[in-house]
Amino acid sequence: MTAHTATPPMIELRAAGLTYPGPPPVAALTPCDLKIEDGEYVTVMGPSGSGKSTFLNIIGLLDTPTTGRYLLDGFDTAALSDAERTGVRSATIGFVFQAFHLLPHRSARENVELAMLYQRVPRRRRSQRAQEAMTRVGLGHRLDALPTQLSGGERQRVAIARALVGRPSLLLCDEPTGNLDSDTAKSLLDLLSDLHRDGMTTVVITHDVQVAARGQRAVTIRDGVMSEPGRRGDDA
Amino acid sequence: MKLTAHRPAPQPRADSVQRSSIYARDLFVEALAGVLQRPGRSALTALGTVLGVGAFIAVLGLTSTTASQIDARFNELTATQVTVKDSGGSDAAKVPLAFPRNADARIERLNGVTAAGVYWRVRLSADRTVRSTPFRPSDEPPLRTDVIAASPGLLNSAGPRMAEGRLFDSYHDANRQQVAVLGSAVAARLGITTLDTQPAVFIGNTPFTVIGVLDDVIRKPDLLLSVVVPRTTAEHIWGPPSDERAEMLIATRLGAARQVADEAAAALRPEHPDYFKSIPPPDPKTLRSDVGGDLNQLFLLLALVCLLIGAVGIANTTLVAVMERTAEIGLRRALGARGFHITVQFLAESTALGLLGGLMGTSLGTISVVGVSAAQQWTPVLDTGAILAAPALGLATGLLAGLYPAWKASRVPPAEALRR
Repeated sequence: MTAHTATPPMIELRAAGLTYPGPPPVAALTPCDLKIEDGEYVTVMGPSGSGKSTFLNIIGLLDTPTTGRYLLDGFDTAALSDAERTGVRSATIGFVFQAFHLLPHRSARENVELAMLYQRVPRRRRSQRAQEAMTRVGLGHRLDALPTQLSGGERQRVAIARALVGRPSLLLCDEPTGNLDSDTAKSLLDLLSDLHRDGMTTVVITHDVQVAARGQRAVTIRDGVMSEPGRRGDDA
Repeated sequence: MKLTAHRPAPQPRADSVQRSSIYARDLFVEALAGVLQRPGRSALTALGTVLGVGAFIAVLGLTSTTASQIDARFNELTATQVTVKDSGGSDAAKVPLAFPRNADARIERLNGVTAAGVYWRVRLSADRTVRSTPFRPSDEPPLRTDVIAASPGLLNSAGPRMAEGRLFDSYHDANRQQVAVLGSAVAARLGITTLDTQPAVFIGNTPFTVIGVLDDVIRKPDLLLSVVVPRTTAEHIWGPPSDERAEMLIATRLGAARQVADEAAAALRPEHPDYFKSIPPPDPKTLRSDVGGDLNQLFLLLALVCLLIGAVGIANTTLVAVMERTAEIGLRRALGARGFHITVQFLAESTALGLLGGLMGTSLGTISVVGVSAAQQWTPVLDTGAILAAPALGLATGLLAGLYPAWKASRVPPAEALRR
């Protein structure tokens, strides 16, 4: 990883941990170090309740670590105000959730455009970019469908289009295949691999070994403790 | 500074990071979509406001409409009319007719009086009906026609329009002439079509020459259904008024009525003004304040209660919507919405609901005022200020009702919301 010293890593956790104040205090994530370089495909494995979600919330700027530092794209996120944190979240991170989280009464296009709403992208550009993103995930023909008219796989593709359309540097997926059958899951993982090949930094959180096998690196969290089999020497 | 995909240039300091923001227009569109995506629920939510604002408009409109109807009824005619009743005072039993012979002249001498006359209804026994022939044909049903004894001034003060002939005057009265003036309806019923033949009517068995037929009067319209005979003639034949006491009808010039009413009793019988009771025209000011008083305020209070219920309804539904849409709030936060944006969006939704309810309520209230006015043949009177203020009232209701739920929505922690 010495080749990347000129540019900071995409994600860098320095002894970052999160303890929920008690009583009794609960250590959701014990302080850990992690670097994820630009363009990497990292999977985070662990059973439910292990601290995966806490990890996702921290790197997704939805929660702040109580100890240590989190550097996103090289700057310290602790220094950000709430409005700035939200701005960075909107501009840098694309989220994909297990439950899709599509607005039920809005068309696929409107759902995708939602991601650009808080970036003040002008209307016409929004529509055009939403169309491009939908085409990218293979749903260019279903722009005006309502989420209820889409299959599970299609819904998750719309969610990925929504994550992509904000032009993030990091795609953060939380159990993206958790609600999908295995065939649909496979084709969705193929899509994520495609996006990674195109240069997208991808972090997938999962409890599924098969999903984890798709990444270049696999990080494991168990009982709030992060470990990375085979890379211990590098991170130290 | 904007963070773009795929390795941006080395990062600048954090304070140059673009703050998250949204176009006001987009925020408005999102709020409107929130209202419209569940139209049924939105309509029910707005119902309280619709009723409150509608009641507000209806109350204001109906009270101002009825107030103006009283104005219409209180016209020139009633303002220039005084009635003096013969009560007899404490001597009622001894004095059946308190009006002196020259009552007309005494009153007409007062300033502002245009005409005045005494009248009473003559009591007729069952066999003394009004007929056109001396003997009633057996197949003809008896006609009950009122006979009114009147001084010559009465017909003048009633404002008559003659169909034919003339009125009786002081000569007929002074000499107990057996003459009669008929209302046009009575004349038609008795088969009198022309006065050229000098027709007569019989009251009981007493003949009266018909000298005039009234086409119309502006006061005391029951004259049109009566046979009017001179006062002294009636007194001579049937005696003084027995079951109904006499009254006097005075027509005055505009503005003189109240003073004439004050003076009439003393002018008629200076020694016994207590024999008379004057009824002046109603004062328009007291009329209006009667209506504009308690009832109006009570209804406005009811409208306010309706509005309050409407506000609670909106607050409740918005709060439920916030709970229901926790995931959406989390998603929006993840996509870059600040807590402030969420607050404004939910506030805009409840305000839009309030405004919609206000507009619908204003329409319904206006329709009901116009409808009631149409049914009652009134002229609807609505204050433009109230109509313009009513939707704003609805808007304010929605805004107030949305404050707490919107604040609550902004406090939803995004991480937890997304886990649902």
